[in-house]
Amino acid sequence: MDDTKCMVNLAKFYLGFTVDESCGKCTPCRIGTKRMLEILEKITEGEATLEDLERLETLAKTIQKASVCGLGQTAPNPILSTIKYFKDEYLAHINNKKCPAKECKALLSLSINSEKCKKCGLCAKNCPVGAIKGDREHGYEIDENICIKCGACQKNCHFSAIS
Amino acid sequence: MSDLVKLNIDGIDVEVPKGTTVLQAAKQINIDIPTLCYLKEINAIGDCRICIVEIEGRRGFVASCIQQVEEGMKVHTNTKNVVEARKIILDLILSNHNRDCLTCVRNGNCELQTLAMKFNVKGIEFEGAKTEHKIDDLSPSIVRDFSKCILCRRCVSTCKNVQKIGAIDCAQRGFESCISTVGNKSLNNVNCTFCGQCITACPVGALREKDSTDIVWEKLKDEDTFVVVQTAPAVRAALGEEFGMKIGTNVAGKMVTALKKLGFDKVFDTNTGADLTIMEEANEFVERFKNGGTLPMITSCSPGWVRFIEMNYPELLDHLSTCKSPHQMFGSILKSYYAEKEKIDPKKMFVVSVMPCVAKKFERQREEMKNGELDDVDAVITTRELARMIKQANIEFTQLEDSSFDDPMGEATGAGAIFGVTGGVMEAALRTAYETITGKELKEIDFESVRGKKGIKKATIKIGDADVKVAVAHGLSNARKIMDEIKEGKADYQFVEIMACPGGCIMGGGQPIRSSKERSEYDIRKLRADCLYDIDEKSTIRKSHESPVMKKLYKEYLEKPGSHKAHELLHTSYHKREKYDL
Amino acid sequence: MKTLEEIKQIREEKRKELDLRVNLKANTREKHILVCHGTGCTSSKSPKIIENFRKIIEEKNIKNVRVVQTGCFGLCAKGPIVIIRPEDTFYAMVKPEDCEEIINTHILEGKIVERLLCKDIDNSVVQRLDELNFYKKQKRIALKNCGIIDPENIDEYIAFDGYKALEKVLFEMTPDEVINEVTESGLRGRGGAGFPTGKKWLFTKIAEGDQKYVVCNADEGDPGAFMDRSILEGDPHCVIEAMMIAGYAIGANKGYIYVRAEYPIAVHRFQTAIDQAKEYGILGKKIFGTDFDFDLEVRLGAGAFVCGEETALLESIEGKSGRPRIKPPFPANVGLWGKPTLINNVETYANITKIILNGAKWYSSIGTEKSKGTKVFALGGNVVNVGLVEVPMGTTLREIVFDIGGGIPNGHKFKAAQTGGPSGGCIPAEHLDTPIDYESLTQIGSMMGSRWINCNG
Repeated sequence: MDDTKCMVNLAKFYLGFTVDESCGKCTPCRIGTKRMLEILEKITEGEATLEDLERLETLAKTIQKASVCGLGQTAPNPILSTIKYFKDEYLAHINNKKCPAKECKALLSLSINSEKCKKCGLCAKNCPVGAIKGDREHGYEIDENICIKCGACQKNCHFSAIS
Repeated sequence: MSDLVKLNIDGIDVEVPKGTTVLQAAKQINIDIPTLCYLKEINAIGDCRICIVEIEGRRGFVASCIQQVEEGMKVHTNTKNVVEARKIILDLILSNHNRDCLTCVRNGNCELQTLAMKFNVKGIEFEGAKTEHKIDDLSPSIVRDFSKCILCRRCVSTCKNVQKIGAIDCAQRGFESCISTVGNKSLNNVNCTFCGQCITACPVGALREKDSTDIVWEKLKDEDTFVVVQTAPAVRAALGEEFGMKIGTNVAGKMVTALKKLGFDKVFDTNTGADLTIMEEANEFVERFKNGGTLPMITSCSPGWVRFIEMNYPELLDHLSTCKSPHQMFGSILKSYYAEKEKIDPKKMFVVSVMPCVAKKFERQREEMKNGELDDVDAVITTRELARMIKQANIEFTQLEDSSFDDPMGEATGAGAIFGVTGGVMEAALRTAYETITGKELKEIDFESVRGKKGIKKATIKIGDADVKVAVAHGLSNARKIMDEIKEGKADYQFVEIMACPGGCIMGGGQPIRSSKERSEYDIRKLRADCLYDIDEKSTIRKSHESPVMKKLYKEYLEKPGSHKAHELLHTSYHKREKYDL
Repeated sequence: MKTLEEIKQIREEKRKELDLRVNLKANTREKHILVCHGTGCTSSKSPKIIENFRKIIEEKNIKNVRVVQTGCFGLCAKGPIVIIRPEDTFYAMVKPEDCEEIINTHILEGKIVERLLCKDIDNSVVQRLDELNFYKKQKRIALKNCGIIDPENIDEYIAFDGYKALEKVLFEMTPDEVINEVTESGLRGRGGAGFPTGKKWLFTKIAEGDQKYVVCNADEGDPGAFMDRSILEGDPHCVIEAMMIAGYAIGANKGYIYVRAEYPIAVHRFQTAIDQAKEYGILGKKIFGTDFDFDLEVRLGAGAFVCGEETALLESIEGKSGRPRIKPPFPANVGLWGKPTLINNVETYANITKIILNGAKWYSSIGTEKSKGTKVFALGGNVVNVGLVEVPMGTTLREIVFDIGGGIPNGHKFKAAQTGGPSGGCIPAEHLDTPIDYESLTQIGSMMGSRWINCNG
């Protein structure tokens, strides 16, 4: 689906909140939730493997059963339920290094369609980090190494040449 | 209604008294559930989650160290799920731990290492970020290395609930949780008394003593320096444990041999210093008692306790005996009387004290502990540090023959030996005070009423016509109670012995560190205490004033207890100390 | 100080006076302009709206018109909300500049200000609040007074059966009968875990202790949740009354409410309510002339989500760091300072007075077999009608998201709903017909939690 919400990112958002709010008393919540967050970050950065997903699930189930209070016991819920119902999204992030909802910035790549491009240079002008190089004669190209995926170029293109 | 509870653990029926925890009940049928943050009578908070078990009818895993038994309970300690969970939890702890075991002071005596071996850990599954840390080594006694901390909170419980000082506590929250002090300052700048009980409570290397072995090695190798060592009574009752010997074995003889092998020029006994302290302190007490001086008089040989009163009850400092502690007195005499006698330049003398205590490292560098420009004692090493030195020197400790302490400061009395136990100083002092006051021989030398592990022991001793009321307290929480009684004018006793460490010096912050399991299984305090009482009983001379060494010392040098010279060399002063220097 | 008789008199008089708040056909020439003064509308300048109305009315010397601040009406997407009573005209997204027109056109000329009316989800224009689809499937029990009374006026609370349940309990029921009624009603803890409330009250009652406490957990920490906040802002007295009833039932005469400090309006409203109740002698000693004493104190949180966990909350009230305790023992036996303590959530308490007055049978006739009564939800995320809803248990997710919530905006498809915030799970489209109750949600891997729903399109 097009611009729907990334469920992996959603789980990461909630877990980030939990990690911040954990009181730190018991080991599974104090360290475990942080480790789950690190794995989720790996997934949304396109650096995770299938083993990471397996470890995530195992860790999640342990934290559920071993934490002292409800905060730790329920912290894995968003993760386990999104894995249950939206596993395909997780797999897309891991295997294909793609975010189907186009939310995870690290997995996005913006490129200029040379056929549609009218070489007006507006994109380069609006790029906050100078990632678009070129000129009006030869056209423009986005340097992926510099691009921060803010989408300003896309917004400013009158010809829908950037995707 | 019976007070017994029947439950089933791993298929085995067991009956235990109400109030027993699942952990304790399991132990009774030889099921050894692993623990980490549990420390008997000090810390049972169910935080580390290593001791978790499955209990039928309960939703998650349950911490067995804190769960009390219930009638009909069905416990499973070793299911696949629980074992896997424990492994993951240990993995998480290890992932946030400084795993540089090879350079760690607790290498070989670390409860985390023991668990890792028990669980057959082959690698870290959940590697990730580690919490940042800064080592606190500003105090003369204790070093804190948070990179090794596993947040078991045994140290916090000891400081807050046992000693009731509260110098350290858990700060921040979540992953950033840490053990800290007020304003995150060094222990040196807060209300820490340096008693070191936190060190012996710590299962890993997050807390340790400030190491002084380097300077001692250096001096030992220096041909120009005359290196003298003295050993506290409590050391000989525990040093053997560092070499696998039974708790409570008296290794005095082997210890002396080892020290000689290490290269000390003279090996003396702090018990002699203790005798000297009794001479001075008994005299001081008799003076105050007869002439209306500040009473009650309180002993001053425990530097953790002295730091405590300076910080918390500075207005009552007059109650403290002005006597220095045994090793300080001894160092002072060594650099004066002994140096003169043996024609040794005291500036070239290096006095080392082997102590069961880390607060002594602080004590020896106090401004008042000097004789002119020379420190009474130049270095203090703990029992643990001595053991490390002996091992480094390739000495096979357990195979050593016994040797005797060197003369002429020679043999100490039994009264000196019992300084290491709570009540020991009091007993030793009473033996001398009695005979000093009455002029009669004391037949019943053992004062049982001041022995034992009770926090505060009170007794009335009939000395001639007078009834002398005494009190003995050990552990700073009990010290506080005594001081409050004095402050409120409710103290009806005249002589008080206070030791900072629960149990006395034998359980000091510098003694061999025993694991939580050992502390659950053995009464370490009693075993070490019995060793010292045994030495006392077997001693030929059991009263300090009967010591020929003392007689000679006073005859030749000090004249009499409380003399001007005695005051110069053997007495000290105290001052108010700020609790917080932020 | 007011005697019971005086309170009854206030009730009678005020009820007549405020009849137009609930009766379309009220026989009166008065007009009440109700303006939502919940946090949501407040941040959209509703206080300025109130101020403007009052200024214009004074300037023009208009008689028989009253401007009343109320609690949250629920349809936050259309805020700031202004309702004119008795005709129940519903003006949406009102701006302070609109006040002049409303006064001139509606109050003085008697004509509706068409441009400020609300458009429903089916694009029809709606004139009255109760015509909106948003409200059709709702049943406001906990939120009964929100949007009707001025929460800072104890007389208005009394008017609508306020403190009548307390009177009934003190004079007509024994503590055991009260606990029985709550048990029979089937009310379960609304804080997330869903523990049977009556059972909890019973455990605390039979626990041994020379002092017992009643505590209200108002540390609503889930991001996006504002159910408890709205109850405290809109109807604080119903929580006070319920806590007193609980105190009577379990044998406690001291209560604490632990509110998160990030709810300044709620804190102010609740403290005002306490002060007013004290003034009337409703809180204090010998309440209504009986032997029952009760005192209530507000305690503030300090920014820790974990203090919403009941034992961490107790630690915090005791002045310690908010870290949870190991359970057992449970607070019913060992709570505040080691004494038996009853802790319930705000919404749980908000149901009590209605249960006492209308009976357990009435309450248990609403909802499903195992989950009785209604539930308040904060509906948020990608949904048209963002706001606060209260529905009978068993209402399906589909009904909430689409019939009440108006579906997903901008033509997107429903992907998932998250219930329970960071503690909950997500519910995908395939489970849209799941009835919302404790068991069903747990079965599909989510949980009731503190019940706020975040929709994703």
